[in-house]
Amino acid sequence: MQWPPPWRRSPLLSASPPPGPAKEFLRPGRVSEAARLYSHYVTPAEGAREGRWQTRPSLRLASPTNAPQQPPLANVCQQNYGAPQDPVEPAGLRSASHVTGSSLGKAEVSCGSRRRWAELVPESSWSPAVGASKMKVKMLSRNPDNYVRETKLDLQRVPRNYDPTLHPFEVPREYVRALNATKLERVFAKPFLASLDGHRDGVNCLAKHPKNLATVLSGACDGEVRIWNLTQRNCIRTVQAHEGFVRGICTRFCGTSFFTVGDDKTVKQWKMDGPGYGEEEEPLHTILGKTVYTGIDHHWKEAVFATCGQQVDIWDEQRTNPICSMTWGFDSISSVKFNPVETFLLGSCASDRNIVLYDMRQATPLKKVILDMRTNTICWNPMEAFIFTAANEDYNLYTFDMRALDTPVMVHMDHVSAVLDVDYCPTGKEFVSASFDKSIRIFPVDKSRSREVYHTKRMQHVICVKWTSDSKYIMCGSDEMNIRLWKANASEKLGVLTSREKAAKDYNQKLKEKFQHYPHIKRIARHRHLPKSIYSQIQEQRIMKEARRRKEVNRIKHSKPGSVPIVSEKKKHIVAVVK
Amino acid sequence: VGEMETAPKSGRDVPPKKDKLQTKRRKPRRYWEEETVPTRDGASAGPPCNKKNRELRPQRRKNAHILKKSRISKKPQVPKKPREWKNPESQRSLSGVNPGPGSSPLPRSKAKTRSRLEVAEAEEEETSIKAARSELLLAEEPGFLEGEDGEDTAKICQADIVEAVDIASGAKHFDLNLRQFGPYRLNYSRTGRHLAFGGRRGHVAALDWVTKKLMCEINVMEAVRDIRFLHSEALLAVAQNRWLHIYDNQGIELHCIRRCDRVTRLEFLPFHFLLATASETGFLTYLDVSVGKIVAALNARAGRLDVMSQNPYNAVIHLGHSNGTVSLWSPAMKEPLAKILCHRGGVRAVAVDSTGTYMATSGLDHQLKIFDLRGTYQPLSTRTLPHGAGHLAFSQRGLLVAGMGDVVNIWAGQGKASPPSLEQPYLTHRLSGPVHGLQFCPFEDVLGVGHSGGITSMLVPGAGEPNFDGLESNPYRSRKQRQEWEVKALLEKVPAELICLDPRALAKVDVISLEQGKKERIERLGYDPEAKAPFQPKPKQKGRSSTASLVKRKRKVMDEEHRDKVRQSLQQQQQRHKEVKAKSTGAWPSALDRFVR
Repeated sequence: MQWPPPWRRSPLLSASPPPGPAKEFLRPGRVSEAARLYSHYVTPAEGAREGRWQTRPSLRLASPTNAPQQPPLANVCQQNYGAPQDPVEPAGLRSASHVTGSSLGKAEVSCGSRRRWAELVPESSWSPAVGASKMKVKMLSRNPDNYVRETKLDLQRVPRNYDPTLHPFEVPREYVRALNATKLERVFAKPFLASLDGHRDGVNCLAKHPKNLATVLSGACDGEVRIWNLTQRNCIRTVQAHEGFVRGICTRFCGTSFFTVGDDKTVKQWKMDGPGYGEEEEPLHTILGKTVYTGIDHHWKEAVFATCGQQVDIWDEQRTNPICSMTWGFDSISSVKFNPVETFLLGSCASDRNIVLYDMRQATPLKKVILDMRTNTICWNPMEAFIFTAANEDYNLYTFDMRALDTPVMVHMDHVSAVLDVDYCPTGKEFVSASFDKSIRIFPVDKSRSREVYHTKRMQHVICVKWTSDSKYIMCGSDEMNIRLWKANASEKLGVLTSREKAAKDYNQKLKEKFQHYPHIKRIARHRHLPKSIYSQIQEQRIMKEARRRKEVNRIKHSKPGSVPIVSEKKKHIVAVVK
Repeated sequence: VGEMETAPKSGRDVPPKKDKLQTKRRKPRRYWEEETVPTRDGASAGPPCNKKNRELRPQRRKNAHILKKSRISKKPQVPKKPREWKNPESQRSLSGVNPGPGSSPLPRSKAKTRSRLEVAEAEEEETSIKAARSELLLAEEPGFLEGEDGEDTAKICQADIVEAVDIASGAKHFDLNLRQFGPYRLNYSRTGRHLAFGGRRGHVAALDWVTKKLMCEINVMEAVRDIRFLHSEALLAVAQNRWLHIYDNQGIELHCIRRCDRVTRLEFLPFHFLLATASETGFLTYLDVSVGKIVAALNARAGRLDVMSQNPYNAVIHLGHSNGTVSLWSPAMKEPLAKILCHRGGVRAVAVDSTGTYMATSGLDHQLKIFDLRGTYQPLSTRTLPHGAGHLAFSQRGLLVAGMGDVVNIWAGQGKASPPSLEQPYLTHRLSGPVHGLQFCPFEDVLGVGHSGGITSMLVPGAGEPNFDGLESNPYRSRKQRQEWEVKALLEKVPAELICLDPRALAKVDVISLEQGKKERIERLGYDPEAKAPFQPKPKQKGRSSTASLVKRKRKVMDEEHRDKVRQSLQQQQQRHKEVKAKSTGAWPSALDRFVR
């Protein structure tokens, strides 16, 4: 600590230039730049003479001859702690800094302090500092024209500065934004779009049109096939295709015709367009088989289709006999599906609990995997040739890599009753499953838990489900004769988004992603309302599962180490793989 | 039947599987060697798996069309650890092979090793660089003042500055001569556009000080202790003799808050919508002005509170006490977050700079100190002032002003992030009466001083932040913009519980809270619920559970446990020994090693 403090010392004694501030505020490059822009570098005397508010194009300094010498201030400074005061002002020169005629009723506005100081210090003791120094000064002086829009038709000007001190509490504010975004997502989660009614019996199968997003085909348990227009949400054509159930329906890859199989042991090919005026509604071809067909699927590129029943038959469209039929074991096969990428591959599932894979170019099946319970149907991943998902009776779905069938890639569990149907999103990242528990669920391929569950009061056991080709909607057909249309992303806003809406949506999405693991946000994002039947089922099954787990743990604990093997959840349900 | 099915599985499947695996393992390598034989002839030794993959990858993509047909018969590419799949976003496909046509934006093997954390770090760095680059676009330069070659700027008086600057800036210097109702406290709104002041004798006024348009002027007929704008210029909190009152910009009294009585100082936390009041009764009360609820009323247990300031970086309230300590408060805690002994004698004034790094305090011992708030809480610089400072304030660019009697001194630092150096004042000014309130105007080079003679608006070049952010606080905003901002600000109101010393703590991984929670639970329950129960021998057959045998069995178990522990510690010791040995077998330490950092 110095004593006396600098301001008490005579300025004559302290000849050294002041540290810090001077250096900071004089930067040669900046000064010249600023001078060009602002040009306030005027000696006060000059400024007073010429009118200081004029814009000057260059930096000017007062000539030393103009400036009077600095008087010795020592005695003055000792009196008043060195606050060098405003000098006596030349009268009539300073009106600019006065606020005259103020609206403040009682306030008299003037330069009071200055006058007082002038009385205090005798004028003769020092000459006024005006013009004494060649100081350089620049004040912040914004031109409002740069910040305010010119007309009301313009957009508002919003200058940005990303300096973090101007944006404090970055993390807490983002957290609150993420919380709000998550809440809004739940508020706007209204996935149900429409219900298509018209069938007179339960909807047993659905098919997408390969070329037209708006067209959907459905087959019912009374043998009726309907073609729907989704944009108008009405039925555009009705065909009485079979006697008994329509077991399977599929469209040709070109979209000109479709095939149905039914309980009446027939395979029928139909034109997509309705019959002309005066024509009868008749199939293009009819094949009469020996046994009941339970499923059908068309090749993705060639004029070949496959049916299943007692065996898997592969048909050429032009022939009435199958090109080849393949069996492995003696049981009824419930579904057959062509691989959309490796188009020669097929998968089927039979009621003797196995999933069998075939190559169309070979006469014999490739391999099969036997599970604990029956698989109802499978669906191939449209983006990854070797991945397929199986909907199983044991409430689970299994995603398999066909090259390593002994362990499923993922076991998806959330349903509380048998899973009846499954369909992949065209992006191959998610799939939707329909279940006997009157709900449909959406699973990410790499997650074992569902991200979404859809249900309504009136929807009964869901038998078939399809994800539309634009990956935005989901259709499901259920027991109570309706086809329902859902949004794939429950809170998505439909229609065209403005660029600002889109930006806000993206920003919120990122925030939700960033803060997804925070307990409060996670709880809100995960919350779903469930009907009581499902809810209580989940509780019950949780208890059962816990009991099983406890028993297993106890068994391991109380037996000789290593004698009870620890089997992972994935391997538990696989009985065998046969090649 | 079950056995029939499982038996073939073990008998038929397992051994051939092994064979197959081996053949499969060889297969890709053979294929790979064909392709790049010239580069590595020793490849048959088998490179490490991941390395192989890394080098294999680009090759594969090049001739994807060749492979496409044979892909199915190839060895499964299933990674061994399914956990890896959950990880990177880049690896979306299940199998790991990019099925789509064309090349993926990232080399896949790299993406595999790159964890999500690394990606996030890289992103953060990139954005920070981008933000730094965007500084080039800033339109305005900060102000400055500089004397004639090395002349002390403190000698430059206001009149000189006013004369030298342009007329618009010169008009920012004015005096309001209000001797009747002084001394005055004043407050600028967050945009720096509006000024509210209240005189001790009841005079309250608010005006747009740039255009000098008066918004309201009233006399509350009661002593006014402090005055503060709430989140916008439309609301005004006034601490009156008895209670806290809230007025709107027309001077209409909206609320009288009787829960806050005899308030001496007010602080408004704009992002939390909290009005912090310090009262004569020794209570620090937080009022949520968005819902009108009192969030917390904390008893500081330090007598009358009349020194308060907020840390704009973390919204912590700093209270100065008569015993020389400064205590740091958050509404989430009943106790102070920290207590800093700053002065011998009472604390007269406290101020915290906008980055939350420095705190300036002045006390009855005539000292002015600057403290580092980044964990150490040590004084960085100290200076004795002849009268001591009664009021302190920081500007946005780090200038420190102290009001001492009727003089104000301003100190400046080397730059924005450095503490003000107390050696030489940057500017000084004498007023017509003792100083009673100080505040730098945000986004302007202006210092407002309330004193017993009225209000003085001083020019302090280099005080204000030159570039404002239009979405945060825009001095030129229209009514509509203000309304929109208000809605947005209310929507993202930060909960009061999140106020803590480190505002980024929310983004950090909470490692200690688990242990802490466990400890607290043990304290609360009085025992450890997860602790292993001490061994209690079960009663055995009749005649065998005599006390002696029970004790014996107990002892046996205890000994066994003890031996286990000893065994473990021995093993650890040996391990450590081995490690030391392994280290020491390397090169001899060089004499120069001591300089290695």
